[in-house]
Amino acid sequence: MEKEVILQYLPMYREALLLTLKIGWQGVFLAFIFGLLCALVRHMKIPVLRGVVTGYIELFRNTPLLVQLFFLYFALPKIGIRLSPEFCGSLGLGLLGGAYMAETFRSGLESVAPIQEESALSLGMTPLQAFRHVILPQAFTASVAGIVANVIFLLKETSVFSVISLMDLMFTAKDLIGMYAKTMECLTLLVVFYLIMLLPVSLLGSVLERRLRHAEFGT
Amino acid sequence: MENEVLRIEHLHKEFEGNVILKDISLTVHRGEVIVVIGPSGCGKSTLLRCVNALEDIQGGQILLDGVPVDRSSKEISRMRQRIGMVFQSYDLFPHKTILQNVTLAPEKVQKRRKEEVSQEAMELLERVGLADRSGDYPRQLSGGQKQRVAIVRALCMHPDILLLDEITAALDPEMVHEVLEVVVSLARTGSTMLIVTHEMAFARAVADRVLFLDEGGIVEESTNPGAFFTKPQTERAQAFLKTFDYE
Repeated sequence: MEKEVILQYLPMYREALLLTLKIGWQGVFLAFIFGLLCALVRHMKIPVLRGVVTGYIELFRNTPLLVQLFFLYFALPKIGIRLSPEFCGSLGLGLLGGAYMAETFRSGLESVAPIQEESALSLGMTPLQAFRHVILPQAFTASVAGIVANVIFLLKETSVFSVISLMDLMFTAKDLIGMYAKTMECLTLLVVFYLIMLLPVSLLGSVLERRLRHAEFGT
Repeated sequence: MENEVLRIEHLHKEFEGNVILKDISLTVHRGEVIVVIGPSGCGKSTLLRCVNALEDIQGGQILLDGVPVDRSSKEISRMRQRIGMVFQSYDLFPHKTILQNVTLAPEKVQKRRKEEVSQEAMELLERVGLADRSGDYPRQLSGGQKQRVAIVRALCMHPDILLLDEITAALDPEMVHEVLEVVVSLARTGSTMLIVTHEMAFARAVADRVLFLDEGGIVEESTNPGAFFTKPQTERAQAFLKTFDYE
């Protein structure tokens, strides 16, 4: 390993990390929104939309992100929808993550006893208020572990972004190897930078899980 | 009648072809305490759940202050604000503190001011001896304490009537008393209540009127609880009360 090479590459990796983080977290944010909307539709048993949600979840859970990104980036322009690579990345990740989040939220929602909702309704809350103030917080607590796992999974999935010419970590590493053949240095840096990105999320996740546990059991 | 709070007219409830409640009619007046007793499965809990629209009904109607309650979702939420309900399993919100459990609905549903609601909640908790637990979470309380909080939570909405659904059935025997004492004091201060219970001594002490339900219908109704519990008129009520006696 050559130290100078590593020092020389660092700025490029930092640049790539920032881009990966930016698009990754935008995707995670979208995944949250999509997942929540889907969970709400399923929970409220809204007709028609329910079927749409099921279709969406199955479509995105059962196709690779790579294919989804290809579709967004290369197929949509053929019907006149042209999206920037960054937007494709966030949206693709958001759509994939939404499907996973929806399933995670669902299992969380199912863990909340039905009488909790009745209890809230009997206090005059509307079904939406009961969902917002009583059911969702409990479902969230129950699904924290799953949510954290999804976030990590999604941030790792950013490594396929290079196919739509986004200069993420993976792209940068491959590019540098192709040009200068410093394989060992490049790949070591790649591992280190993924760890820099993901370890804090894992740690934060376990802290969050512990903090939320106080309210988990016993009504 | 002028001071009528709740009227149930010819209530009919079926579930998957089974008749659960048939032709129940009942009027509850302001300040009145009505106790519903009967063997398990007679439909008494279902009756309370129908009143609060947690169960749909197949016939008859329910009137609040003489006005039929339209079973559209908006009307139902409004109606439920005026009907307090306490369940057998307390069902406090586990992610909220005791105080938050009490203040959540007054703040979010009635849009009352936070300080005013908190103050009232603390006064009510004080009345049931739990003011010092206001910052705790439900899991830190005993069953009896939780049930007292559940009563306070319902009271803080200023309901016109309280429905109590076997509120001591899940409690250890030594905790039954502390909960029922709260109910007795509510009865003394003029609260209107419809109570389902298996505690006969309590029923006798607190009831202005007793309903005996069996197989989904009102079998016996008495405005003299003392007389009813000593010597019920119908054979079925006699047989039922006998199951609480030991030689």
